[in-house]
Amino acid sequence: MNERAQIRMLADGRRLHLHDGPIDLIVEAFGSPHQVEAAYRAASVRFLAVLDELCGELAYLRTACSAEAPWPRGAVARRMVAAVMPYAAEYFVTPMAAVAGAVAEEILASMTAAAELSSAYVNDGGDIALHLGAGEKLVIGMVERPDRPSLLGTTTVHAHDPVRGIATSGWRGRSFSLGIADSVTVLADRAAAADAAATIIANAVDLPGHSAIVRVPACELAPDSDLRNQPVTQAVGELTVEDVDQALEAGARSAQRLLRMGLIRSSALSLHGETRVVGALGELPITATSVHERGLVHA
Amino acid sequence: MTAVEGFVADDAIRCDACPVLCYIKPGRTGACDRYGNHEGTLVRLDPHVVLDRTLERGGAVKPFLERGREWDGTLGSHGETFVTAIGAGTTYPDYKPAPFIISSQVEGVDMVTVVTEGIFSYCGVKVKIDTDRHLGAECSTVRVRGEAIGHVTTSEYGSQMLSLGGVRHLTGSSRHEGTATCDTLLNLCNGKAVELRIDDGSRVVVQAGQPPIVDGAQEERMRVGCGSATIGMFAKQWFGKVDEVVVVDDHITGVLSEHQAGKLLGVPETGIKLKGRRSTPGRYFQVAEPGTSWGGTDVEDPLTILGKFNAKKAWSGLRLLMVSTTGEHYSYFELDEDLKPQEKTLPAGLRASVARIKENCEPALCTVLFMGGAGGSLRAGVTENPVKLTHSVRDALTHVTCGGAPVYVWPGGGITFMVDVTRLPQNAFGSVPTPALVAPIEFTLRLADYAELGGYVEHVRPLSAVVAENERRRRVSARAENPWPLESGVKAVRTVRTKKR
Repeated sequence: MNERAQIRMLADGRRLHLHDGPIDLIVEAFGSPHQVEAAYRAASVRFLAVLDELCGELAYLRTACSAEAPWPRGAVARRMVAAVMPYAAEYFVTPMAAVAGAVAEEILASMTAAAELSSAYVNDGGDIALHLGAGEKLVIGMVERPDRPSLLGTTTVHAHDPVRGIATSGWRGRSFSLGIADSVTVLADRAAAADAAATIIANAVDLPGHSAIVRVPACELAPDSDLRNQPVTQAVGELTVEDVDQALEAGARSAQRLLRMGLIRSSALSLHGETRVVGALGELPITATSVHERGLVHA
Repeated sequence: MTAVEGFVADDAIRCDACPVLCYIKPGRTGACDRYGNHEGTLVRLDPHVVLDRTLERGGAVKPFLERGREWDGTLGSHGETFVTAIGAGTTYPDYKPAPFIISSQVEGVDMVTVVTEGIFSYCGVKVKIDTDRHLGAECSTVRVRGEAIGHVTTSEYGSQMLSLGGVRHLTGSSRHEGTATCDTLLNLCNGKAVELRIDDGSRVVVQAGQPPIVDGAQEERMRVGCGSATIGMFAKQWFGKVDEVVVVDDHITGVLSEHQAGKLLGVPETGIKLKGRRSTPGRYFQVAEPGTSWGGTDVEDPLTILGKFNAKKAWSGLRLLMVSTTGEHYSYFELDEDLKPQEKTLPAGLRASVARIKENCEPALCTVLFMGGAGGSLRAGVTENPVKLTHSVRDALTHVTCGGAPVYVWPGGGITFMVDVTRLPQNAFGSVPTPALVAPIEFTLRLADYAELGGYVEHVRPLSAVVAENERRRRVSARAENPWPLESGVKAVRTVRTKKR
């Protein structure tokens, strides 16, 4: 069947790396060696089918979401549609906005179904699905700019918190953004929901019509982009303190709304070194850059 | 994907490395950041492929934690990694050691693999196209962009054969011809679809491992046999259900009542008259012109290959089935009062036999074998005395692989080999502007034998060092259907040793 996919342990002997086409997952599970092995095996088996499943309905997943559209077939695709549906009426958004989070969720679900784990995470390029058994916690490191990984802060997610998904969006990342945020990190109940919300909030961190911002229709950069001819940010020039403030304010208003609607738990928005936090989000800013042994560098 | 087609600009290329099939603009990468469009060519951004046996195909995952030790992620010294020549670089034109000469231990035997990318000026592809349709006469020129790149060669059972490339088209003629030939070979070898035009013949889209598309129609099936053979195979199933069967075939059209198989069953004469040249009873040549319709002929209406029924032998109500060698075309007739065939619905009893013919036809595919000869300079990268390498391969002391895939080495002089391009990792072939093709080639032999044939023993490096030194090395899973190159090397050596004793 799938001869592209690569499945291997990373050099540390603890984390599993799953790669297929554009998908790269870093997976780590905690528990007895036997259970961890069972979880990795389940993750690997499930992973082999994921990309082909997604590509089977790619045209559908690249079209704007609407309440009338039929449900997709694949489990990952369904997670994607469910995550973006709350935004369908108000924004141009395609299920692709939640693809990374949805894949992370799906793989994590396969692991927790196959094994008893104290905790686990699946990190899909910065969009992370978490599993936390009673009393467990994970420390998450956040970076301000994905292209310059230095820790912006850490946040600790405890088992008693409702957060099980973390995602980051921004124009410097691998996907296109309509906004100018360097990064928007979202904590939500699930990874796909966090992924979709981060996209929406990052789009809202914006200065419409500002001359220092270079925007290009997405299809000119990637002809098959789901964003079609939407102008995506390619460069952000000099901004005044007022500009930064105004853009972050617009993003924060969006985040506040999503918070009140129960779609997210908290969010951190970064632009030109300024950070806004909406909701309760860990220990910000941090002074020490050492991350707990179980910490994840979030890039 | 049709939904996005309208957005595709001319300069974007489509990446087929994974099912996402990104359209990539020049200077940009696809969704994976691993493949990019470099001046109109799809390039892999991680250059060197390491075949990893632990990354088996089809979901077999190594039991990580059952291993006795911590897995360091390399597995270098355990004979489970094989460095292929893909992206390794080449020695051309200098007499210098191959880029990688790697030692590893397999079943306790010290093995050496000499890894290089060969620039093959003497190379081409042999293409087998499973179709009975007439693609062009033997020796007809095959063209791409109007340039001659090869020719139609002797057809085989159920297949048309093309011989493409070769030194004459690559370097012997105009620059345009050379470039068109090189591009075509490269695309075919890397599993891409190429449209070929045959002089006074068809337009055919060829892609390794895919069905051919002849004049816009995708070929589905390979015939079960020639028309005569089909009569032989199905005579019993037709007996009693129909009075006459004609299996239309461009090569040998079969007629049931006249055929030996019909005679043995006691099928009575029907007074049928076929056009064309009778070879032996019930077997006819040239019933029509070659074409892309019924059984590889140009026949659209099957009745055109029949003459008048002999009134002395035929009878009103005579049941006649006409079918092609693939079961793709069929018509059923009954003779009227004037002994003229009138088309009727195919009776259920015969439908099964037509379906059976179809069912017995295998899926039609294009297969592409790369064929090249390792010249002196390539061999000189392996040993100071190039002819010794040839002898060593001949004596089966040295095992040759191409990107880790098994090859057939031609008997006789030189190291001329053939390999099924679908058995190599993706995008294993490259080209140089000479123009010539760049193909990986690996020689695996015992360390002791390597020293004996004048190998660059001082350049031998352990596998673990090669794997560790470069982060950009790409690990791919070994293909389950390929024998493991190192093991085959050891086996070959063992066989020969045993024989010698």
